[in-house]
Amino acid sequence: MRNVWIVFKRELISYFTTPLAYVLIIIFCFLSLSLCLFFGGFIERGDASLSSFFYFHPWIYMIFGPAIGMRLWSEEHRMGTTELLLTMPISPWEAILGKFLAAFTVLAVTLLSTIGMVFTVLSLGEPDVGVIFSGYLGSFLVGASSIAITCAVSALTRNQITCLLVSVTICLVLTLVGFPPISDLLRSSSFLGIKLGFLADICNGVSLFWHSTEMARGLMRIQSLIYFISLIGFCLFLTSVIIRSKRA
Amino acid sequence: MIEVKNLTKHFGPKVAVDNLSLSVRKGEVLGFLGPNGAGKSTTMRMITGFLPPTSGGVTVGGDDMLEAPNRAKARIGYLPESAPLYLDMTVEGFLGFTAELRGKSGSEKKEAVDRAIETCFLQKVRRQAIDTLSKGYRHRTCLAQAIIHDPEVLILDEPTDGLDPNQKDVVRNLIREMGKTKAIIFSTHILEEVEACCSRAIIIDQGRIVADGTPQDLRRRASRAGAVHVVASGLSGGAIEKELGGLRHAARVEGSALAESFSGIVWPKQNTGAGVLAAEIYQLAGAKNLVLSELHEDQGRLDDMFRELTSGNKS
Repeated sequence: MRNVWIVFKRELISYFTTPLAYVLIIIFCFLSLSLCLFFGGFIERGDASLSSFFYFHPWIYMIFGPAIGMRLWSEEHRMGTTELLLTMPISPWEAILGKFLAAFTVLAVTLLSTIGMVFTVLSLGEPDVGVIFSGYLGSFLVGASSIAITCAVSALTRNQITCLLVSVTICLVLTLVGFPPISDLLRSSSFLGIKLGFLADICNGVSLFWHSTEMARGLMRIQSLIYFISLIGFCLFLTSVIIRSKRA
Repeated sequence: MIEVKNLTKHFGPKVAVDNLSLSVRKGEVLGFLGPNGAGKSTTMRMITGFLPPTSGGVTVGGDDMLEAPNRAKARIGYLPESAPLYLDMTVEGFLGFTAELRGKSGSEKKEAVDRAIETCFLQKVRRQAIDTLSKGYRHRTCLAQAIIHDPEVLILDEPTDGLDPNQKDVVRNLIREMGKTKAIIFSTHILEEVEACCSRAIIIDQGRIVADGTPQDLRRRASRAGAVHVVASGLSGGAIEKELGGLRHAARVEGSALAESFSGIVWPKQNTGAGVLAAEIYQLAGAKNLVLSELHEDQGRLDDMFRELTSGNKS
């Protein structure tokens, strides 16, 4: 645990000694607020709720998560510091966890900086605090999942741009498969006489978007929590496998 | 301290390290020589636990690298080939980080950092960001990282690569000093370095050990070692060569015969010392009125030895 903390500390300091974290936080706040205000109909709706705010989060995370996570291992590989880190008396797991938690913390700080939205709706009316909490948790878990996906991809390449593009693509696919137009299309079509409705359910089940919108509506299902946690766990496990096989 | 047994590493179909065994005791400085791509870095990466071997094993201080990696790694200080560093940190911050990973905290950590900074002459740059440092300082920062926990074993991959002559000297002195109490393996291309700081040297080629001994031993194995260098004038070069070839103890003469002088090498016959041959040449010079401007025994050169062992058998 001590080693996780040491790696975490170094990684987090590195996020904030370079402009990266600040830039990302500002971009996230700007995007999430402007999308919500201009395209989400936050004002027109006349409803003290944050659902239009959370609606856009999965889309923003598609780029934001990979942007936070792309340096985690790519940078180490490029600079050769993997060799330094992994010949220290720590297990690869501790390094992976420390790094992931640091990126996770940047995400938490980012989300915390949108807290103004909560006070805004609180002063405008009487929103359901439980729904807001559920929305934030959902948003947080989508963000963490995209970081975990990026973490695994970054272990594969020494090039941060490659990592960014590949991770964005994976997040895009995982978001789109649960996007209503696509699931509606699947529901209404059939192939060789077989109705494809069951595919829509499967797609929703693996989609970041679907789980996050459900949570933004206040539906905190145990399935969704298990989905996010197992996705993150799997990606971190994959990271350790990649790191091990890269050395072999 | 370090035991390497039948270490083998394949990269796909390529054999990088082939059944290599060696051991290094405390107080021993082992020079690791070999041409580029001979498997030096791969071997060191396996000893430090960065690469898992295809087969064979490494134990450090009795701890097996595969079974108890953290205990084995804790005994090792490692300077990787390119001296990688976290460029966004300061020298002090970086050394503090590595000291913490080595299990030090509080005043113990501070002492370790101070000692490493002092040993590697980094006082001037201790608060500077690493990406603003010159190559020599970066290299020494990475070396400081390797010795921060005063390890029993040091693995240094080309520790003097890219340093200026003064810095090289500093690092060599450090290695020599630390070699008294630690087991050290370091790789290099520079042969004089081996003579300057190693108590033992190993030459590897294509993943195999081709020579193992003290630098003096290895030098003596060079094909010219024990031959006698002669530069003489007084007769025509050809005549001198003939006279030398006719000596009782001379087996072979090689050299260039000029109009009025000869310069070359005379090999003694088997079981004959170079001294006996030199004495005979001296007598010959007296008898024939030759002027000897050079007459000495070849001590053997590591360079020759290195070339003879590692060239020619490229497949």
